[in-house]
Amino acid sequence: MSNHTASRIRGERLVKYSIITPPFLFLLMFFLFPALIMVVASFRFPGEFGGLAPLFRTEDGTGGLTLENYRLFFSSSNYAWIFLRSFGVAALTTVICLFMAYPVATLIARSPKKSRDLLVLLCVLPFASNFLVRVYAWMIIFQPFNMMHSRLAVIVGMVYVHLPFMILPLYTNLEKHDPTLLDAAQDLGANAWQRFWRVTFPMSLPGIFSGAVLVFIPVLGMFAIPEILGGKDDWLVGNMIKEAFLGARDWPFGSMLSMIMTITVLMLVALSAWFARKGVYRA
Amino acid sequence: MRRSPLLWFSVAGVFAFLYIPLIVVVVFSFNDSKLNAGWVGFTFKWYQILVNDKAMIDAAINSLIIAFTASFLATLLGTMAGIAMYRYKTRFLPFMTLTPLAMPEILLGVSLLLFFISVLGTESLSLFTVIIAHTTFCIGFVAIIVRARLTGMDESIFEAARDLGATPWKTFRIITFPLIMPAVIAGMLMSFTLSIDDFVITFFTAGVGVPTLPLTIYTMIKIAVTPEVNALSTLMMLLTLGMIVIASRVAPGFLEKSEHIGEDQ
Repeated sequence: MSNHTASRIRGERLVKYSIITPPFLFLLMFFLFPALIMVVASFRFPGEFGGLAPLFRTEDGTGGLTLENYRLFFSSSNYAWIFLRSFGVAALTTVICLFMAYPVATLIARSPKKSRDLLVLLCVLPFASNFLVRVYAWMIIFQPFNMMHSRLAVIVGMVYVHLPFMILPLYTNLEKHDPTLLDAAQDLGANAWQRFWRVTFPMSLPGIFSGAVLVFIPVLGMFAIPEILGGKDDWLVGNMIKEAFLGARDWPFGSMLSMIMTITVLMLVALSAWFARKGVYRA
Repeated sequence: MRRSPLLWFSVAGVFAFLYIPLIVVVVFSFNDSKLNAGWVGFTFKWYQILVNDKAMIDAAINSLIIAFTASFLATLLGTMAGIAMYRYKTRFLPFMTLTPLAMPEILLGVSLLLFFISVLGTESLSLFTVIIAHTTFCIGFVAIIVRARLTGMDESIFEAARDLGATPWKTFRIITFPLIMPAVIAGMLMSFTLSIDDFVITFFTAGVGVPTLPLTIYTMIKIAVTPEVNALSTLMMLLTLGMIVIASRVAPGFLEKSEHIGEDQ
């Protein structure tokens, strides 16, 4: 009997490791390892013909590790300015998405259960088209009005592509609200505005924050929309990274920009998780 | 009672904003004019040009090969990761599975570009590298869907199977797998859709030799826009639409599951 138990425990351990190991190794190899290469690359010199110089200093004095890429970033206000502009565009996109998503999410959450799925489907259906198709659609619309290559075109494109990322988490949150709370507020004499501002809105903060993260972060890294709909002045961090890797082929510089973006994104995720938790307690 | 006309009005506005651009694309794919401005007459011309375009067909074949292979691999690995994240207390696996979803795509794209070129060499960018890249970002989506399905389940059925003497493998085969089947299929369809639609990560990992459909659209709208793009867009919309319909038939909870992705990050 105990022999049986021992073999069972061994069997279960075998199952455990045969389930965990394949995805673990795959992601170690193709996610974590590339990320580490990027971290190291951000401290290296660019190669003579693009790419990377040797990791260790060679006899002719090329290669080795350096802080030069980071120094370059902080030495000129240009880069900081593009980062700041990217933040501005991302923040504006997030706010516009929030204003557009709130009524939609509210309406879906208040609809009878049967029609909710259909309404949600209607919100994600435009996602059935390719991302570039959605950008192209705005090219067709903007061209006759001579509105291409403008900041406005970039913002509209950004909002269009990311709007459902705000609608869905917001709806998932609003759907959970207890409608009797609003009745109670009404009975206590709150008007429509007060019911929204003092009851619904604070309770929806976690939904707003997860939606904001889902919109803000992809906008930061976007290069196709500024490139297609915007002009040269509308470049964001994503365009700089793309240009460093594929245009100038200065990989260490591109890696350094990617590192700064990664750190920024991680801080934003941590911050929003913190805010979301605070929002839950307040509600 | 709480449905003010203002609410309806603004929602109608948002839906118009969502749909009008796409309708414009579809309508102009049937327009008998080289310019996407003003209706001239109805034609199937652009679709005919499209299906006779050799480069386009090559791109479509590439896209399909990549999507099939990557979604298969991602489903296999993602299902494992989903089960592992549900059943075992691993901290590192969820981190590695979910982080690629929270990062801007460009970061995954450039880090894989660095990896492929510095480890496999400058000539390494190919179908293979694109498949690997797509698998990497699809695993997380499959894992989330599978884990969500398992989380909603009564754990005692697994215990019952074990108490009745089923081996771990047998428990998996006759209990766990049939139960998570809808989630696995939903995950596979989702990976397929994400893969065939992906532009950013493909852009960095494909090199010059592997045009896919999104890469072709990108080149066309950057260089020469003809309504052929509209025709291609319309067909791709139909394809993805078909996948969504199948997914919602196979796994009715599919849409709700994908809604929770946002909360998971």
